[in-house]
Amino acid sequence: MARAISAAENDPPVVQAFLREHSQRLGRARIVGITGPPGAGKSTLTGCLAAELVNRGFSLGLLLVDPSSPFTGGAILGDRLRLPDIAQHPQVFVRSMSSRGSMGGLSKATSDAVKLLDAFGMDFVLIETVGTGQAETDIVSVADSVIVVAVPGLGDDIQALKAGILEIADLFVVNKADREGAEKTERELLHMLKMQPSSSGWTIPVIRTVATKNEGIGELANKLLAHYEFLRESGLLLRQRVARAEQELKDLLRSRMMQEFERLMGPALYRDLAQEIVAGEQSLYDTADKLWQQFLVRITQKGGSASD
Amino acid sequence: MSPKDDLPQIRDARVNWEEGTLQKVLSRFPERKPEFKTPSGTEVKRVYTPEDVAELDYNRDLGFPGLYPFTRGVQPTMYRGRFWTMRQYAGFATAEESNERYKYLLAQGQTGLSVAFDLPTQIGYDSDHSLAAGEVGKVGVAIDSLADMEILFDGIPLDKVSTSMTINAPAAVLLAMYMGVAEKQGVPFHKLNGTIQNDILKEYVARGTYIFPPAPSMRLITNIFEFCSQHVPEWNTISISGYHIREAGSTAAQEIAFTLSNGIAYVQAAVDAGLNVDDFAPRLSFFFNSHLDFFEEIAKFRAARRLWARIMKERFGAKKDKSLMLRFHTQTGGSTLTAQQPDNNIVRVALQALAAVLGGTQSLHTNSRDEALALPTEESVRIALRTQQIIAYESGVADTIDPLAGSYYVESLTNSLEKQAEEYIAKIDELGGAVKAIENGYMQREIQDAAYEYQRAIEKQERIVVGVNRFQIDEEPPKGLLQVDPAVGELQKKKLAVLRQSRDNIAVATVLDELEQVAKGNDNLMPVILKAVKSYATLGEICDRMRRVFGEYVAQDLL
Amino acid sequence: MERKIRVLVAKPGLDGHDRGAKVIARALRDAGMEVIYTGLRQTPEQIVTAAIQEDVDAIGLSCLSGAHNHLFPRVVELLKEHNAEDILVFGGGVIPDADIPGLKAAGIKEIFTPGTSTQDVIAFLEAHVRR
Repeated sequence: MARAISAAENDPPVVQAFLREHSQRLGRARIVGITGPPGAGKSTLTGCLAAELVNRGFSLGLLLVDPSSPFTGGAILGDRLRLPDIAQHPQVFVRSMSSRGSMGGLSKATSDAVKLLDAFGMDFVLIETVGTGQAETDIVSVADSVIVVAVPGLGDDIQALKAGILEIADLFVVNKADREGAEKTERELLHMLKMQPSSSGWTIPVIRTVATKNEGIGELANKLLAHYEFLRESGLLLRQRVARAEQELKDLLRSRMMQEFERLMGPALYRDLAQEIVAGEQSLYDTADKLWQQFLVRITQKGGSASD
Repeated sequence: MSPKDDLPQIRDARVNWEEGTLQKVLSRFPERKPEFKTPSGTEVKRVYTPEDVAELDYNRDLGFPGLYPFTRGVQPTMYRGRFWTMRQYAGFATAEESNERYKYLLAQGQTGLSVAFDLPTQIGYDSDHSLAAGEVGKVGVAIDSLADMEILFDGIPLDKVSTSMTINAPAAVLLAMYMGVAEKQGVPFHKLNGTIQNDILKEYVARGTYIFPPAPSMRLITNIFEFCSQHVPEWNTISISGYHIREAGSTAAQEIAFTLSNGIAYVQAAVDAGLNVDDFAPRLSFFFNSHLDFFEEIAKFRAARRLWARIMKERFGAKKDKSLMLRFHTQTGGSTLTAQQPDNNIVRVALQALAAVLGGTQSLHTNSRDEALALPTEESVRIALRTQQIIAYESGVADTIDPLAGSYYVESLTNSLEKQAEEYIAKIDELGGAVKAIENGYMQREIQDAAYEYQRAIEKQERIVVGVNRFQIDEEPPKGLLQVDPAVGELQKKKLAVLRQSRDNIAVATVLDELEQVAKGNDNLMPVILKAVKSYATLGEICDRMRRVFGEYVAQDLL
Repeated sequence: MERKIRVLVAKPGLDGHDRGAKVIARALRDAGMEVIYTGLRQTPEQIVTAAIQEDVDAIGLSCLSGAHNHLFPRVVELLKEHNAEDILVFGGGVIPDADIPGLKAAGIKEIFTPGTSTQDVIAFLEAHVRR
């Protein structure tokens, strides 16, 4: 499995072959995203939740996604150090991944790794990402349930949370709830949820935890399981997954079409045209129209060999 | 310092010099580097003048030895009265072998003991714990129970020596063992003299021998403050340590700032627990590094003294002079020692020791030349001790107090370090204090950044380390290094097995249950720990009961 | 797609001096590698589990407490038990010259002693890790 995930990161065709072969085995794992601001104690919380689920008899895969350095592409993946005990469990597989240049979001490799863990029969796949930028909205496209972790004492950050994260949360956690201000944070979250009730009929719970003392984790696991039940019974799970498959299909085709486009039209085509656009010699739209016409001509001439 | 009226003339003269004499030379012979900086990054000017200390007010900022703000020293006579305590950190293998080394050191003229414990002891594991495998007796002596402690101090009268123990997370237990030995020797507790390091915050930041999370750790520390103020009044209940923060790679300013911030957290915790600041503050002590940059280090010690005095007076309203004094132990910088050409380390250590003395240290450990290679041999330790003795008896630097006061450079550096440290402390206050700043990894990140910068400077040859990145030679591997017998682990395990059979196990179980109950409540833990120790409950057993109640700390640091 | 070198940097045993390990971790990151840093107090078992799950190319062990003769060979042994001896193991710390031949015989590929340039470690990994 470890080598398979490396292949997802480095050698996509191998993974594609594997996933083609095991397509019937996919779709059984419950996929959970965990996100929140840096310093919210996500890793510790993820470790505790993993332990709780394992104790309830589930197997699980854990993907810890860290941003990589935009300059060198290198990364230090340090989340693993906060969950030392659980990683040793035979029913648990932990893997650190860097975002590898996908602008802090989740890379294609991450969603392939999720599928691999699913194919290997994991009951749960937990994906932990740092909640800055793209990753937190990307997570919706991969996960069935999204847990958003907040902490007391971040003050105005609740307001910031509201902007991006409120829409994606299926469960809210107020971690470090033994700290001053926990009640206030909880109250504010509940208030915001009241203002914008979820449209699905699911009541988004706010759960207080102290991950370092393993408090509130049982309730979190209960609510997580309940959310999955809700998704299943309401038919939402199926709808989400159909939507996800549709999106993936579109993404895949889009990237194939771009590949085909570039193959037919030759490399290094954009730079010169872009310079002309900037210089005001051509308009953006005319340039695109012209390219598109050329492409249509070429693809009909060659009969469009999509696969090479 | 100099009458303010002189400043315009001095400035004119300086400008003349810069534009004339200096410029002529610079145009033909450029300096060695475009800019000069201390290892902490403070810019070093070509020359310092009264202009650089124009703001200095002698009585307010320097004063006299033994008087607020103690910039010039904490005692009125300093080394004219008595030299600093020469205290070499030592301990390895078994209690028997360490006991021999202590007796040797005392015979060589050392004036205080400093006990090094092995890692299992420091982290509260008995020698037969699975995590102790390979570690027993390695970096210090293995102590599992009062029985080992009795051997460690056999033949050493505890009312005659002062003993410093480098022990943090389980400091309460080791202090209780020391008291147990005193009782057997018939020495009353009020005659006990020494120090426990007991500084858990820097363990989270830099040294790594933590056990419990911050809150219960702070409670243990406060319990010790309270208990000792009543029963062991001469004991230094904490040694708030910048040493390891510096070793982890911090700058001099960070060393002062993070150490004093930790100090503030301890004082605040004790005050919050209802203690009167003047009851415990006189027994707070500090521990600093003496690093490479000679003048910066001297300035660091002076700045730290002045800043702490002000913090204690203004922030905590301490009244007693002793509460305001920053008394400190110094160790020369272990990370400055090189494995290459190890004899060169003798010279490094001598310079660093001299800086500590010129900075007014109360006690000093000089590192041995071979410490980048292994634990020091007896011969290396002797040279290190002789280095201190030469400074004390031959160099004459101890004959007058704070001899570098008034140096334009040293006073300017002192001011600048104090200012930088204050800015850091303000930042940490803003983050909610030292505990919060550690929990969210702020201090750790600052230190790691500095450490990485330092390493890069060496690799880019911006910093020269003699024998490492310049002046290298081909060397034979050094001979005669100290090796700890790997059988120590087995030996210690056997001793434990015998102990567990021969003691009254029912009494042990009862007192451990009692300990667990006290840990769950709010009472002072010291009395029950003392009781447990005297029943020959082991260190591991005692710490395990507390682990059960308190939980364990998981590092939160990020890179 | 570009294959990145993945390295696990670990502190086996109870030693808390992690300055060297962290400096190395950063230097490897800046050289474009992916570094999994596992922090203090790792047992050889934990290190090997992590190395296998993370599918790393190399494990860097740092120990300043003198317990290296016990801990480093144990890591290699466990890798063998799990058929993962293709993972390269290197070490650093306060390690006497006299111990180095024994450690190398036990399967530690290289030992870096105090004063080593991080560039040497990077060059070593780039030379010895191949896919």
